[in-house]
Amino acid sequence: MDVGLRSELSKQGVFTTTLEDLYNWGRKNSLWPLGFGLACCAIEMIATSMARYDLARFGAEVFRPSPRQADLMIVAGTVTKKMAPQVVRLYNQMPEPKYVIAMGACAISGGPFKQGYNVLKGIDRYIPVDVHIPGCPPRPEALLHALMTLQEKIAAQSLTGPDRPRHLQPEAPSEFPVPEYGDHDLIPRSNPEVWHPPVLPHEG
Amino acid sequence: METLEQIKSRVEASVPGARLEIIANGSPSAQRSLHVDNEHALAVASFLREDSALRLDYASNVTGVDWLDSVVKETVKTKQIIDGLEREIEQTTELKKPGYLEAVYHLYSMELKHGPVILRLRTANRTDQALLPSLTSVWRGAEFQEREIFDLYGIVFDGHPDLRRILMWEEFKDHPMRKDYVEPDDYEYEPTAHDEVLEKARKQSA
Repeated sequence: MDVGLRSELSKQGVFTTTLEDLYNWGRKNSLWPLGFGLACCAIEMIATSMARYDLARFGAEVFRPSPRQADLMIVAGTVTKKMAPQVVRLYNQMPEPKYVIAMGACAISGGPFKQGYNVLKGIDRYIPVDVHIPGCPPRPEALLHALMTLQEKIAAQSLTGPDRPRHLQPEAPSEFPVPEYGDHDLIPRSNPEVWHPPVLPHEG
Repeated sequence: METLEQIKSRVEASVPGARLEIIANGSPSAQRSLHVDNEHALAVASFLREDSALRLDYASNVTGVDWLDSVVKETVKTKQIIDGLEREIEQTTELKKPGYLEAVYHLYSMELKHGPVILRLRTANRTDQALLPSLTSVWRGAEFQEREIFDLYGIVFDGHPDLRRILMWEEFKDHPMRKDYVEPDDYEYEPTAHDEVLEKARKQSA
């Protein structure tokens, strides 16, 4: 709809919108996160949901105890290799449309534990991540910013065409393979369909 | 509290056959410890706990240590007469010290407010005889820490009530805290690689 016409109509007291805007407006303002934390980032996530930072302003205060009722997974903390299959399984159990915020240095890259043997070097190796937040841990403002970024992303999604969200594409995967415990490491080490590491030039 | 020498002689008097050794500590703290042979470890442990002058009723910490096989070089200067002249000749002898794994128990007394007495148990080697008696029956709190040592060092604690891996998953084969552990090579993406990680990242990208 033409922006000028819409503006003109609203001056006359006629509110117009598109189904797409209405649909996305509803979705973006009722993101129910899955209530689980893995490490110290979870404390910041809890602080974000409390009165001082008040996640409820964004309609995302309803932390659900079941993945079946959640729209948003906030991976808050260190994902150990022992925990990674459970995180992927929880993600698989969430209904579409579903989104992931990887919160903190550990969840996005392994963080200070990256050179260890037991911490997953980023949850984006197994599940698609919509917003990455750096920080150790990120402040509640950073999580709010991530949520607002996700809301903008949802608002910008068109419901038709090739760029439509994943839950409207019947052929798009909704579940991702759960890694298995191997003799020395998780098998596979990453999901190549999800994770495409940038090729970095190494000197020499 | 008694000195370690007094404790040692009293233990030897009351646990017949126990072979104890005081291990010196070269660090500034100079905190010495007591090495106990594996056959009598349980008897010694219960003596330390039950003895009225010691009452070491609290094992605050159980640690694993990995000692690799090492070669100790000793150079001995000897004087020999060669061709009628007295000369000094250096003789180097290489002594192979087999490696072993160690469990270190830090013992305190809650009742008498003293400690620590440090108890060491050593395995015969690092591979097929990594076996130690479990002291969980004496100090209940050692259970999880012995499990952790079993997980990370591979020491099998004989007589442990529930010897399973505690940190890594059941299918995991390695013992990550051993010095010869090779970590999995998943360094595909290293934005700020340096030193050893840079080497690994180069291998990945090659």
